[in-house]
Amino acid sequence: MQSLLSLSKWQVFAWLIGACLSAPLAFLIFESLQGDSDVFTHLWDTVLWDYIYNTLVLIAGVLLLSCLIALPLGWLTAYCQFPGKKYFEWALMLPLAMPTYIIAYVYTDLFDYAGPVQIALREWFGWQSPDDYWFFDIRTLGGAIVMIALVLYPYLYLIFKTALREQSFKLLQASQLMGMSPLQSFFKVSLPLARGAIVAALALISMETMADFATVHYFAVSTLTTAVYDTWLGYYSLTAAAKISGIMLLFLFVAITLEKISRKNTTVHERQSAVNDTHLYVLSGKYAWFASIYCIVVLFFAFALPVGVLVSYSIDYFDQAWNSEFFLYAWQSLKISLWVSVIAIALSIIVLFYQRIGEQKSKALPGRVSSTGYALPGTVLAIAVLLPLTLLDTKLNEWLEGTTFEPGLLFSGTIFAMVFAYVVRFYAIAQGAVEASYVRISPSLDMASQSMGKNFAQMLTSVHIPLLRGGILTAGLLVFIECMKELPAALLLRPFNFETLATHVFQYVSDEQLELASISALFIVLVGLVPLYFVNRSMEQHNS
Amino acid sequence: MKKALAILLSTVTCLPAMAAEEINIYSFRQPFLIQPILDDFTKQTGIKTNVVFAKKGLIERVKREGKHSRADVVLTSNFSALMQLESMDLTQPIKSDAVTKNIPASFRDPEGQWVALTKRVRNVYSSKERLGKLDALTYEELADVKYKGKICTRSGKHPYNLGLVASMVAHHGEAETKSWLEGVKANLARKPQGNDRAQVKAVKEGLCDLALGNSYYFGKMLQDEKQKPWADSVYINFPNQTNRGAHLNVSGVVLTKYSKNKENALKLIEFMTDNKAQNMYASMNMEYPVKPGVALSELVASWGEFKEDNLPLSEISKYRPLALKLIDEVKFDL
Amino acid sequence: MSSLSLKNLSYQYDGQKVIENLDLEVAENEIVCLLGASGCGKTTTLKAVAGLLTPQQGQIVIHGKTMSDNTQFTAPQHRNIGMMFQDYALFPHLTVAQNIAFGLSKFNKADKQERVNEMLELVHLSEFSERYPHELSGGQQQRVAIARALAYKPNLLLLDEPFSNIDAQVRFQLINDIRQIIKDQKVSAIFVSHSKEEAFAFADKLAVMHQGKIAQLGDAKTLFEQPACKEVAEFLGQGIYIPAQAEDKCDFTTSFGRVTSTKVCENAQGAGKIYIRPAHIQLENGETNDVEILQSRFIGTEFIYQIKVADQAIEVPVESEHALNINEPVTFKIKPHAVNFFS
Repeated sequence: MQSLLSLSKWQVFAWLIGACLSAPLAFLIFESLQGDSDVFTHLWDTVLWDYIYNTLVLIAGVLLLSCLIALPLGWLTAYCQFPGKKYFEWALMLPLAMPTYIIAYVYTDLFDYAGPVQIALREWFGWQSPDDYWFFDIRTLGGAIVMIALVLYPYLYLIFKTALREQSFKLLQASQLMGMSPLQSFFKVSLPLARGAIVAALALISMETMADFATVHYFAVSTLTTAVYDTWLGYYSLTAAAKISGIMLLFLFVAITLEKISRKNTTVHERQSAVNDTHLYVLSGKYAWFASIYCIVVLFFAFALPVGVLVSYSIDYFDQAWNSEFFLYAWQSLKISLWVSVIAIALSIIVLFYQRIGEQKSKALPGRVSSTGYALPGTVLAIAVLLPLTLLDTKLNEWLEGTTFEPGLLFSGTIFAMVFAYVVRFYAIAQGAVEASYVRISPSLDMASQSMGKNFAQMLTSVHIPLLRGGILTAGLLVFIECMKELPAALLLRPFNFETLATHVFQYVSDEQLELASISALFIVLVGLVPLYFVNRSMEQHNS
Repeated sequence: MKKALAILLSTVTCLPAMAAEEINIYSFRQPFLIQPILDDFTKQTGIKTNVVFAKKGLIERVKREGKHSRADVVLTSNFSALMQLESMDLTQPIKSDAVTKNIPASFRDPEGQWVALTKRVRNVYSSKERLGKLDALTYEELADVKYKGKICTRSGKHPYNLGLVASMVAHHGEAETKSWLEGVKANLARKPQGNDRAQVKAVKEGLCDLALGNSYYFGKMLQDEKQKPWADSVYINFPNQTNRGAHLNVSGVVLTKYSKNKENALKLIEFMTDNKAQNMYASMNMEYPVKPGVALSELVASWGEFKEDNLPLSEISKYRPLALKLIDEVKFDL
Repeated sequence: MSSLSLKNLSYQYDGQKVIENLDLEVAENEIVCLLGASGCGKTTTLKAVAGLLTPQQGQIVIHGKTMSDNTQFTAPQHRNIGMMFQDYALFPHLTVAQNIAFGLSKFNKADKQERVNEMLELVHLSEFSERYPHELSGGQQQRVAIARALAYKPNLLLLDEPFSNIDAQVRFQLINDIRQIIKDQKVSAIFVSHSKEEAFAFADKLAVMHQGKIAQLGDAKTLFEQPACKEVAEFLGQGIYIPAQAEDKCDFTTSFGRVTSTKVCENAQGAGKIYIRPAHIQLENGETNDVEILQSRFIGTEFIYQIKVADQAIEVPVESEHALNINEPVTFKIKPHAVNFFS
């Protein structure tokens, strides 16, 4: 009876969280049921298919390119010894801290027809007009794919590397002894075994890609996100916008389902984790050179070059770009990112805990509905968040009418709205990372802990949470960095006079004058590096 | 119970106590463009200004916040946002003799639901080197096959272009505008992208010969060390001078329906329509002031007098949704 | 021609010598066990043979082909070696049949299928071919592992503690089965173990390793009866040292009386110690009380007495009908046997 009672308490918690985090989307869908669908029919007849095509090509391109970049890097750093590996291993995560809207701006500035690279080429070769030569056009679908992949590949890199680390070396040694070269072993053993992890990472990347607006907008590539903005803010049709969001959610649902299916197939295997103390392959000669150069090239384009350009902007425009308010903006960014990370992780642990101990068939549902906010583009999410929050505020004000206190927009007009929106958006990342750790905790530990008279809460705090450490750290890192970069929701939901680094940068980016905010942009990257450093160090200490 | 909760909430929440001498602004315009004017206002009146800036979604936010919204005024960068706020019943009449006196009737709503603050012209820039000055140019000519592969513009769905297309519909009707759009699209040197400055830059680099752009960008580029060579490579042309005149857009302001600081808001609006602020708009942002008699910046004045399209903005605004549909239909941006 | 020849092999890790100047020959179709306590270098030797690590010094020759010496190194995938791991290292994402077929990349499709079937039959797992490894019992997994390692006809088979995860009741049956399979396939094998019982049952020859060197190589009986050094003697069976004086090469005096050796001890001279195993001890109630009985337990056919003698503890079995009266004095006698004398 005791146990039944406490179980239902967790069930209530989990469902409550699920309800809160999916409320914005639910309200959005409810709103969309009222109203006409003329605009949607019009879009359907004209541009929608182009948008869907662009969206699919964009996602496919980003996934493919991310694989090409991240899979070799994951394999090299997990299994091989080569010069500089120790540094590359964590440096390769740096591009995570680079917002897409900044990298897109910097690259356009460099490689545009009117940019320094093409100008230099024209001067060098004496070309006069664009007809004299061919140069790739950065403001295209292809350009957008490259930009997005350059900042999102670290997801795949991080998750894939961890998965490889957990595979037993013996499997690869066995494969090698049976005549497979290291490369063949990679394709025949490592890759299929890490499939679940790869699909999980790709699902994350495709959701991020789908939600991206800044880059595709800047590159004038029309995707479904563009369509949502157009319909909502151009045609002022919430119905059509919600319907298009519905199409995107369908993509998302497919992505999540794929991920779940592949995870289900691998749960049995994942129990065989191994701690491998030494390197499997020691690269030498040209292979070692090749490995190091590959890492350097990726780091150069994804991180060093854009940061270098920002630094050069900062020096050229120092007087205009310097602003003593930076530290305040940085502090506000930091504060909100920390809050969101802690809340998202705490909620995901509760939901996953219920998923583990629950006996109802529906126990996985709270986790699933909670993750739906991830694929919504920032501004859409922001408006969707306003729907329940403003309703709540109105009700609260009505209820308190006649008392001395008039709360006003207690939820929607304060920093609460921002934190809530961020949590809704990034909860999926936290849950994904924590869940990956959770499946590795043996169920017999639960039984052992219960048999020793611990209740659920004690089991959670004294057994699960210490064992989830790795997952929690990864989740914290990813959510934190995403929060630092997040823009549209911050822009729309912030209270008066509240600036984060990202919103400060945006007012200049939106006027195509990033130069004037280059120091703030550097700050975003730098503040993002702080947790990267600490989490990395903490993981290293844990491993050794 | 209710009372207890009310007291509890009022103590734990960090809601800033709303001082009387304050005004809250939702702005579609970048803070760095309007801050000097707001600072001057505060200096003069002692009223503090609080700003939220966003490029998208502010109208939805005002709507959702309803009667508890703390926004007193909304500053917009184009006329369609003004009309939208009005049509969604989020505004209240600006009742001020000063404003009525300052702003000509065609640049404010008859009931005072919105007021324009500055004017900007949709100009066409031409390459000095390759095309020279084009005094007789019309918007209609942009579809002429002689400019094939020579035109650059930003996205057709940007409010500035949308306003222009809506005015074309207002003057020529739907069918003619659609074939005009198709013609312009066929003449584009590249897919619509970037902002208005980027188009001038592309002319400088030889990518195209004609670029659509708002007037104030030209002035601002001339003031920027890095961008001056771009602006120096083009002439600014005022289209349709021989017939209806050049298309105008405006930035403007509304007083929100549930403004809590209406007095102060009115003071701000009056301030913004008066000589001092109008002058600042003109000299700093290179815009055309709406108040008659306010001097243009020297630079803007040097571009010469021009004829404005007199069709009322509210009339043009009616065709905005249709303009958007046409742009989708011809796949202008794709 | 020997199947494997190691000459002067040395390997260091982190500045510590793990194998030192090791020599070993394995004949055709011979099973050699590397026996020793953990840390003696036996698994490292196995990995060096497989090519999974690179020795700093020495030569490895397999079937007349030099795999590794100071100038060259053949990668593991080109050595044609079969290996069975302690945890079997079966690929969890592949079925039993796919696991066995893994090394058969040079076979065409039909040959591959035929070989897989042949191997499945050999290990009696034909009906399990479509199962995944985690659906099999430990013994079945082990048979898949041996089938997989033998499928591509390796020149040499390496087995790394293959029986340590198997229940004691079925272990010796399995050892016999697998030994038979290896013998049938006519392949030479090196087998690593720390259990002398497994080694005795499985190998033709034993190489007892100690501190990175082979202390002694020989068949089980020779090693047991004529250990070359204390380490080998101790490793092959529990025992105690009794001070002794060699009278001649077959006769020794101890404080427990005279001991006669059934073999000639070449090194017997002067004062030394003899190594006594439980089987050579006779306990009976007598006049002198030589031992202290620490504990006794009955296991059916015999009693096991834990005794302390000459300051060393040892367990000695005594048949039930000769059970001791532990309240009476107990006399310690040494039966005549092949004495191991160490000076």
